[in-house]
Amino acid sequence: MKNGSDHGTKNVLVEFLLRLGDDRLILGHRLSEWCGHAPILEEDIALANIALDLLGQASAILHLAGDVEGKNRTEDDLAYFREATQFKNLQLVEQPNGDFAFTIARLFFFSTFNNLLCDVLQKSSYETLAGIAAKGFKESSYHLRHSKEWMLRLGGGTEESHRRMQNAVNELWRFTGEMLVFDEVETELQRLNTIPDLSTIASQWSGAAAAVLTEATIIIPFRQKDSGQAGNHAVSGSRHGFHSEYLGHLLAEMQILARSYPDAKW
Amino acid sequence: MNTSDETTLLERFKSRISAGEKIEPKDWMPERYRKQLIRMISQHAHSEVVGMLPEGNWITRAPSLRRKISLLAKVQDEAGHGMYLYSAAETLGVDRRELIEQLLSGQAKYSHIFNYPTLNWADIGVIGWFVDGAAIVNQTMLAKCSYGPYSRANLRICKEENFHKRQGYEIVATMAAGTTEQREMVQDAVNRWWWPSLMMFGPSDNESPNSAELLRWKVKLHSNDELRQRFVDLTVPQAQAVNITLPDSELRYDKKTQHWNFGKINWEEFWNVVKGNGPCNRERMAARQKADNDGAWVREAAVAYTMKQRMNR
Amino acid sequence: MATKDMFGEGELWEVFIQKETGAPHEHAGSIHAADSELALQNARDVFARRGEVVSLWVVPANCITASSPDDSGPFFDPADDKIYRHPQFYHVPKAVKGM
Repeated sequence: MKNGSDHGTKNVLVEFLLRLGDDRLILGHRLSEWCGHAPILEEDIALANIALDLLGQASAILHLAGDVEGKNRTEDDLAYFREATQFKNLQLVEQPNGDFAFTIARLFFFSTFNNLLCDVLQKSSYETLAGIAAKGFKESSYHLRHSKEWMLRLGGGTEESHRRMQNAVNELWRFTGEMLVFDEVETELQRLNTIPDLSTIASQWSGAAAAVLTEATIIIPFRQKDSGQAGNHAVSGSRHGFHSEYLGHLLAEMQILARSYPDAKW
Repeated sequence: MNTSDETTLLERFKSRISAGEKIEPKDWMPERYRKQLIRMISQHAHSEVVGMLPEGNWITRAPSLRRKISLLAKVQDEAGHGMYLYSAAETLGVDRRELIEQLLSGQAKYSHIFNYPTLNWADIGVIGWFVDGAAIVNQTMLAKCSYGPYSRANLRICKEENFHKRQGYEIVATMAAGTTEQREMVQDAVNRWWWPSLMMFGPSDNESPNSAELLRWKVKLHSNDELRQRFVDLTVPQAQAVNITLPDSELRYDKKTQHWNFGKINWEEFWNVVKGNGPCNRERMAARQKADNDGAWVREAAVAYTMKQRMNR
Repeated sequence: MATKDMFGEGELWEVFIQKETGAPHEHAGSIHAADSELALQNARDVFARRGEVVSLWVVPANCITASSPDDSGPFFDPADDKIYRHPQFYHVPKAVKGM
């Protein structure tokens, strides 16, 4: 990749980096909301550690996106001065935290995906991205281990924890489909050999998630894409800026100070 | 144990203290010493945990990614410090759960400072600068205290807190050199936090019921007033360096004593907040109680899972 | 013991950290966790979050047997006078190097 000399290439690369960066920024933000409110002190620290990893990844990736874009936008410009419809994160990560089971199930679903994705991307020919992915791979391996262990404990703990975990998985399932779909952006980058082939991620994810859910004695929901069951359809469109209403509120809070004083340095 | 044994042990304890030896968990110690330590260490631990709330209030609104990350790391550290301190208290034969329940029931106290609200972003800077600054003065002393586990916990805390004060002061300095609005925010935050920060060291020693005993046992090595003076002497030049006015018209440098003299502290306000009538006492307690209640099923599940695993083995 | 666990903070674990390979594991502090895997993770998050650790041990606090302060005389004194265990006990001619 010759760092985006070609206009179209540059655009798809920026697009891809925003997807990566926004996922991590928004999930990191959500996890940071737990700090001071977790079920046990040790978990305040664990969730904050994971949030810090994700925010660190987000910061590096958005910085790179700004560089590639070449319009003098910093990572902060991208985080604080874009509208909800310009964010490319998954709806999965913008959902409110819910209870601890919901937070853990979402973290598990995302970390499984993140770990597979980083593993592929660390072999990317685009070295800066490969470096970020290599770090992300190590970090997400721990996120995965942590969330998996809690999946097992909540699934197999008490009746109440089992019920909550099953509910969380049922609720979250419709958000997982679009995570595994890659479109023309990724295809184009693969064609240009900027990133390796991502096509095995979906099936690997399904296998890995199913294995843990089964061990946690949680029933795996059906893919509801064409089921026609009202209110349970798989969501789509996040990667193009279509979101749930929650994102706007999250951004209103996150961006308030930076936007109120756009010329100030902090 | 008969009285003469007890007297011998007490004499030996006193001589160890005056020789500057550290007392370790299994060593003999007077019951009062143990009780005072449990009270003091658990209050310290509760303060770290409740102290996460006012700063945590701004994590989601931090104005840049760098600030967001460092604030989150700082608040996370407070949780860690709470844990170190609970562990130190546990070496004295109490259970962490017991201590947490004392906090949640309102029976145990925590530092009054965390009952004030964080109203603008500059509060985050000023808390790091004043509140952590004051805590470091106190904890540097406690790192030399006579009880081994408490001394070690404070040593670790001091090491880690180095960055807390700096991240706070950096926010203050950046804003003080910024726009008019930013300067106003900093001054407003300084005005609100200065006096409560001075109160953090506790009432004057002749009015502090526990001080004499704690000093005698070298749990404390300096009086509340000495520590407060040290904090003022450190902080005044730091305020001058960024052109911030401390809200005390009586602040004067005394060349003879080489100390900054300061005005009268409103102890009525202090006691009022300690008694539960500060601006945020209710909210802080409610937040801790909610976290504990909402987390009960999680803790229960973790234990239940372990039990099942053990039985299946 | 089991009833106490039901209170919910989990068991108490002592944490030992190794700061570089070859160095001894040293006591760092303690944490609470319901089981050994969570204990290991919690210890990692609490004591290795500044990245100065290469290895961790977690031990249930109630599995540690400690000497008692009353033992300190009879238990440790006898080793005190075995000066022949220290190199300074042995005299070598001044001119000899590398001893």
